[in-house]
Amino acid sequence: MSTVIDTPNRIKKLSGPKLNIKHGCVELSHGSGGRAMAQLIDQLFFTAFDNEWLAQKNDQACFPITAGRMVMTTDAHVVSPLFFPGGDIGSLAVHGTINDIAMAGATPMYLSVSFILEEGLPLSDLQRIVTSMANAARLANVSIITGDTKVVERGKGDGVFITTTGIGVIPNGISISGDKACPGDHVIVSGHIGDHGVAIMSSRNNLQFFTTIESDTAALHDLVHHMITAVPTIHCLRDPTRGGMATTLNEWALQSQVGFMIDERQIPIRTEVNGACELLGLDAMYVANEGKLLAIVSPEDSATLLTTMRAHPLGQDAAIIGEVVHDPHCFVQLKTKTGGIRMMDWLAGEQLPRIC
Amino acid sequence: MEYIEEFRNGDVAQTLAQAITSSARLEKHYRLMEFCGGHTHTIHRYGLPSLLPSNVEMIHGPGCPVCVLPMGRIDKAIALANLPNIILCSYGDMLRVPGSNQYSLQQAKARGADVRMVYSVDDALTIARLNPQKEVVFFAIGFETTTPPTAYAIKQARALQLTNFSVFCNHVLTPVAMDSLLQTQHSDANAVNLDGFVGPAHVSIVIGSQAYEAVSQKYQKPIVISGFEPLDVLHSILMLIEQINQHRCEVEIQYTRAVTREGSLLSQSLMVDVLELRESFEWRGLGSIPNSALQIKHEYAEFDAEKRFALPDTIGVEHKQCDCGAILRGLKKPMDCKLFAKVCTPENPLGSCMVSSEGACAAVYAYGRGSVPV
Repeated sequence: MSTVIDTPNRIKKLSGPKLNIKHGCVELSHGSGGRAMAQLIDQLFFTAFDNEWLAQKNDQACFPITAGRMVMTTDAHVVSPLFFPGGDIGSLAVHGTINDIAMAGATPMYLSVSFILEEGLPLSDLQRIVTSMANAARLANVSIITGDTKVVERGKGDGVFITTTGIGVIPNGISISGDKACPGDHVIVSGHIGDHGVAIMSSRNNLQFFTTIESDTAALHDLVHHMITAVPTIHCLRDPTRGGMATTLNEWALQSQVGFMIDERQIPIRTEVNGACELLGLDAMYVANEGKLLAIVSPEDSATLLTTMRAHPLGQDAAIIGEVVHDPHCFVQLKTKTGGIRMMDWLAGEQLPRIC
Repeated sequence: MEYIEEFRNGDVAQTLAQAITSSARLEKHYRLMEFCGGHTHTIHRYGLPSLLPSNVEMIHGPGCPVCVLPMGRIDKAIALANLPNIILCSYGDMLRVPGSNQYSLQQAKARGADVRMVYSVDDALTIARLNPQKEVVFFAIGFETTTPPTAYAIKQARALQLTNFSVFCNHVLTPVAMDSLLQTQHSDANAVNLDGFVGPAHVSIVIGSQAYEAVSQKYQKPIVISGFEPLDVLHSILMLIEQINQHRCEVEIQYTRAVTREGSLLSQSLMVDVLELRESFEWRGLGSIPNSALQIKHEYAEFDAEKRFALPDTIGVEHKQCDCGAILRGLKKPMDCKLFAKVCTPENPLGSCMVSSEGACAAVYAYGRGSVPV
């Protein structure tokens, strides 16, 4: 486990004028490698992420290797708008990578971050984003130990793009992978689906009508820790982000060469999200989540796992939604609320709204 | 009351399915066409075929606005989008529909054309207001559902004195298409005999049930106007079977919570104010049909993109093996097309029926392909 050093002013700062956070904005010089860049890094990034690795001011961070298997993952974040109900691109960039690590059953330890900033981005927005990242990392007990900043000309970025790379450690005896689903296994979802995607869609300029729906963005590693402690033999774990639940199930079907039979009535989905999807012509099964996971577990362990998940704040609405079946076609099928059975296929292209 | 879940209730669906099974006479095969793509989508999304007895067959109709638009019109829209200083606003569904040579608006966008997806024509008006230095064109498509908003937007543009807004009008008319479909069926020895229609939902809110009375009488086909929820569709199927069994031929309204016999008089008068009949319009699958579409009236000519811009004469070149035409007329099923799910997929649609989720091929591909025992 990493240690977050919480001593202010331990990083030696470059002398010079203070950044004008209130009225200033990102300029090309902030990415040119000179004094302006050093000031931005010192006054914004180091202050927010403050830890012993950054204090060394090297181009890389050195850390000891611990026992067990390590996992590494990377994720680029390009969300628009940068701030949305329930979160922002900063918290999302931390949670997204932590969750990808956690889905291997691993404990996340370190993150690196790469910023691509667009000339003209208000420094106050950047500070809000960086502070949000720092808070998200601190809450998750993960340190952001190295990073990079580039600035692109106005019009060549979308405010800010953030790429985070994460490293974690898998405890001994845990082996979770998408190719381990077996016919008869149960499928569990940790809570309501579709919140993030609908929150983003509704906060876009022309669709500001669903103000009550918030993104579910959250770090799931603590929930996973409780889950693998209770049931170390969990077969598969994945966070259904882009492409939603349907995409994750289709990926697993191919990886494990199985099919799925999902019961639509068991899938937790908020009335507001359902309503928004109706109005926007979207299918919630394909809408992104940022704080939910799907788990596959053998039927004899599913009750224990479900109880454990429901005892955790991030899993209190968890539900068993279906089971793995034998199917040479690797199809994901859905028993609908109405009682019919149909396919739940891969998403084709982008989800585009229907006309009527 | 949420007005969504109530109309998807599994217990009620079972009751309706049992009623359909016991009403449908064993010796008869019922061929019912759902005219609207919205119904096609509902039927497959909720897996309704698995609830129906084998002698009740649903045949997909031409009521998918994206699907019936001929390639030539899409080529024209792409040509418009490629003109300098233009923002072309389109409903999302239209973006991926291939024109000639598999070229779509989405591809034009990727190559630099300013194409924007909008949820309503009102968004296009806003874009025009915010970009006074640009020409903003709204790619107007659809049956009578989307027509009144287009007419209203043109009136609004005049009221706001917008000089940079125009409409590429492709609105088409439902009862005329139904007539044409039945006429070709009548004269085609290979055509399957349809026993009745599940009639359009949203279109009928605008035009009312009386708009179908003439065609229903002329061809002696019962029509039940149905809501878009699965229970609506099952209920309408039951009502149709009862009409057929009792040898009645009426236009009935199942969707009574929204549709009246007269329809929306306000919407109708908006259309009449701004739009007029086109002499003839090309439909994908149905060919050229007289008086089947609308154009912008002369007095609103400054808002007519076809008059405002010099557009090339385009004749769309269809893929030779694409069966969209026959599928739209109910003569073939998606699975009958040689290209279906092999060369033509939602990722690489060769025909328009594979694009919109209301298209028969896309609906069957996405929802209906997996009917394997599990």
